[in-house]
Amino acid sequence: MRYLPKSPADREAILKAIGARSIDDLFAPIPAEYRLERDLTVPRQMAESEIMDWFRERSRENGEGYATFLGAGAYHHYRPVIIDSLISRGEFLTAYTPYQAEISQGTLQSIFEFQTMICELTGMEVANASMYDGSTAAAEAVMMAVRLTGRRSVVIGRSVHPEYREVLETYAHHQSLPLNTVTFSDSGRLDLKDLEQSISQETACVLIQSPNFFGSIEDVAAVAEIAHQQGAMLVVSIAEAVSLGIIEPPRQADVISMEAQSFGVPLGFGGPYCGVIATREQFVRQMPGRLVGQTTDKNGKRGFVLTLATREQHIRREKATSNICTNQALVALMVNIFMTVYGKTGLRELAKQNLAKTAYAAGQFGKHARVLFPGARFNEFVLQTSEDPYAINSRLLGHKIVGGLPLKKFYPELGNAALWCCTELSTRTVIDTAAGVVSEGKGSLRSENEIDVQEVVR
Amino acid sequence: MTRSTPKATRHINQNEGLIFEKSSPGKAAWRLPPLDVPEVDASKLLGSAERKDLGHMPEVSEIEIIRHFTRLSTWNYAIDLGMYPLGSCTMKYNPRVNEVVARFDGLANAHPYQPERISQGALSIMKTLSDCLTEITGMDAITLQPAAGAHGELTGLLMVRAYHQSKGSPRKKILIPDSAHGTNPATAAMVGYAVENLKSNAQGMVDIAALQAQMNEHVAALMLTNPNTLGIFEQEIHKIADIMHAKGGLLYMDGANMNALVGKVRPGDFGVDLMHLNLHKTFSTPHGGGGPGSGPVAIKRILEPFLPAPVVITKDDGTLGFEYNRPHSVGRVRAFYGNFGMFVRALAYTLANGPDGLRQTTEDAVLNANYIRKGLEGVYDLPYSTPTMHEVVFSDKLQARKGVKTMDIAKRLIDYGFHPYTTAFPLIVPGALMIEPTESESKEEMDLFIQALKSIADEVQEDPQMVLDAPHSTRVSRLDEVTAARKPILRWKPELS
Repeated sequence: MRYLPKSPADREAILKAIGARSIDDLFAPIPAEYRLERDLTVPRQMAESEIMDWFRERSRENGEGYATFLGAGAYHHYRPVIIDSLISRGEFLTAYTPYQAEISQGTLQSIFEFQTMICELTGMEVANASMYDGSTAAAEAVMMAVRLTGRRSVVIGRSVHPEYREVLETYAHHQSLPLNTVTFSDSGRLDLKDLEQSISQETACVLIQSPNFFGSIEDVAAVAEIAHQQGAMLVVSIAEAVSLGIIEPPRQADVISMEAQSFGVPLGFGGPYCGVIATREQFVRQMPGRLVGQTTDKNGKRGFVLTLATREQHIRREKATSNICTNQALVALMVNIFMTVYGKTGLRELAKQNLAKTAYAAGQFGKHARVLFPGARFNEFVLQTSEDPYAINSRLLGHKIVGGLPLKKFYPELGNAALWCCTELSTRTVIDTAAGVVSEGKGSLRSENEIDVQEVVR
Repeated sequence: MTRSTPKATRHINQNEGLIFEKSSPGKAAWRLPPLDVPEVDASKLLGSAERKDLGHMPEVSEIEIIRHFTRLSTWNYAIDLGMYPLGSCTMKYNPRVNEVVARFDGLANAHPYQPERISQGALSIMKTLSDCLTEITGMDAITLQPAAGAHGELTGLLMVRAYHQSKGSPRKKILIPDSAHGTNPATAAMVGYAVENLKSNAQGMVDIAALQAQMNEHVAALMLTNPNTLGIFEQEIHKIADIMHAKGGLLYMDGANMNALVGKVRPGDFGVDLMHLNLHKTFSTPHGGGGPGSGPVAIKRILEPFLPAPVVITKDDGTLGFEYNRPHSVGRVRAFYGNFGMFVRALAYTLANGPDGLRQTTEDAVLNANYIRKGLEGVYDLPYSTPTMHEVVFSDKLQARKGVKTMDIAKRLIDYGFHPYTTAFPLIVPGALMIEPTESESKEEMDLFIQALKSIADEVQEDPQMVLDAPHSTRVSRLDEVTAARKPILRWKPELS
């Protein structure tokens, strides 16, 4: 086996040194009746070239070369090549959690820079070293608000990513935290009247997303005012990090939970991504996850360490703020490098291109179908068509284009609607082609039997 | 250094500041292509939602970024540099082919919501990995959704709860041995269970009589790490399973130490009802400085209705797809399907090994731990003489007489070019030195490691202060963690530079 650095003679020598007759002696503690006396039924050992071939084949079967209009929590942005050059360095790739600070300063300093940039972008005072992803970060941010307020009820906007809401339901269910869902108005934004009726003195927090699942910018100030009047906290989830380049961050929030995938992390069929929680300094001791702090060594030299560990499971066990241990460090490093590459000016220009492409696409599609929810949006919009979006998408696949996400499963009340996303990578040609395909179905009464309707939604 | 050392690495001692300290207006590492659609007026589109300023975000050039992160990287220790014997962390070699295949266009750029028709490759990877892992663990089904080991524990205990609920009551308690990882009790608390501690016996194993006494209808499950954190296989595992099952409880196995078992014994065969795996430990996906991980949960048939949705199924037409209609599911634990990129790597590792390679890997891991044990026995105190599997736990008892503790020895080990072992864990061994070499170490590397720890033991006798002041060869000396926690500085500000 090519990963194993021992010759048969080495193994013999080691067995002799430890006084064992055979390797079986070392497995004697396992009761004989349970020992596996056969080969595992897994594929045979493959050469590296065979492994390459096998995965190349899987890659080919997996939509290689398709242009996409999918967003909905996972965004297709350009990844500067230096991200992979740098994260491929073994010193980053093959290091453990930086518990031994003296020989982990590289990881620690980069996390400190990451925390700083997340604070700058979100307008918060502290940010942690990462969470698993945006959905679990949102759930953990809500749990944090529950601990901080001592209240047990949670209000959540229906314009929050449906899968984020499902994750929160899973986390909340067994803690017996009641969840109240607030609907959205005709503008696609949180219905503030419904919010006022749903919130009470028992509400720990209100969770919204902005830009929300439909791409619309929520009125964070108005939501914050209603929440704070009742003594509830406001948690804002940001799923499209690039929006922070041109959209004012939700500074009125008490906690921000983020998905930073847009910052240089491959789509990768849904993961690994990079969640983050940011908040105000006064709440830091209830924050889950790792934190890096600046300090000095014995000679007064600046250095960095993992800190405030008394919140964490390895110290506090069942009283910890979360059970999280391994987080997404290497992915956070991708995010860090991306933020450094684009920086103060590039992030704005990048976000502006997303805005322009989306405005153009909404205009083009709007000629043949109805773009819902007017008002400020970032890079997504909901398109309502007379035709079933599955049928449109099925035709688009023939052009090697993946259409918008049909919303029937998540929002049946929107009828034939789909969520479309454009980024800086969406070309005018592809947008025009897709708009043309949408127009083919306009007013058409072609039945679903005549076309190959492909189930797209999950 | 005062002694000649057989192996020492020196970190390049460059003064690399924070990236913000290199920033100045007008520098840029980015360039966008010309816009092929009309420009937009952001203030018109966004109104008051428009952001005007990005604060202290850096402005630097590409070469500065490359140098910055490359220099930072040289301050890290890594598996690629040498032995990384952190107990229970399984710091094994991270094969590079894994990294290459995970970046193939169709896999790296696949959108999670793209139609199943053009996702057959990804689904096939998930299916093949699931089949391999259920075979390796001897279980019946699996979810790949959890993002890390602790997340797997959460998912597992949610299923435990749902299972008991379906029988009428979720029950109240989880039994956890005193040698367990901190994530176990933290997870139990998150799922709304009370934690009851289970004492170990003199051999470092579960005390069967105590388990018998503590097990009752209020206990939902026992969370057992096997081999446990002392590196000891629970030899009475069948009795443990029987005691749990007799009172309707479930046996949960923390698979953190699965590297000791793959291909030699299957948890499903010795009575485990559910377990999580850490793909970033046993299956070689890189730790990356603390993640990403992946924590699949393998289960017995009785728990299948409760798996998180969606699950991968083979459809009538023979293609693969996701099934969402799972009425008894505990729900979703993460958006999308889990850390797919880690599935690719773990499967590449499994294919590179095959059944013979996986078995040999386990044998070498256990062989290595025993070699280290033999080499250091007598030099360091061995609190439990029970046979060792994949890791061995010593204590600093002999050195503590000179005022030198496990953390000091660990710091001195850095001067010899090694990453420290796990210190002060498991909690049942005061002053623990927990060493897991994994299969990735050659005899030569282990000889150097043994020699280094012996040399440090001598130094403790001759010049304890020198060990207390270690490390001596790193870019920074021991850092002031107390001040870091008392007056936290968690971000850079211009006035700090």
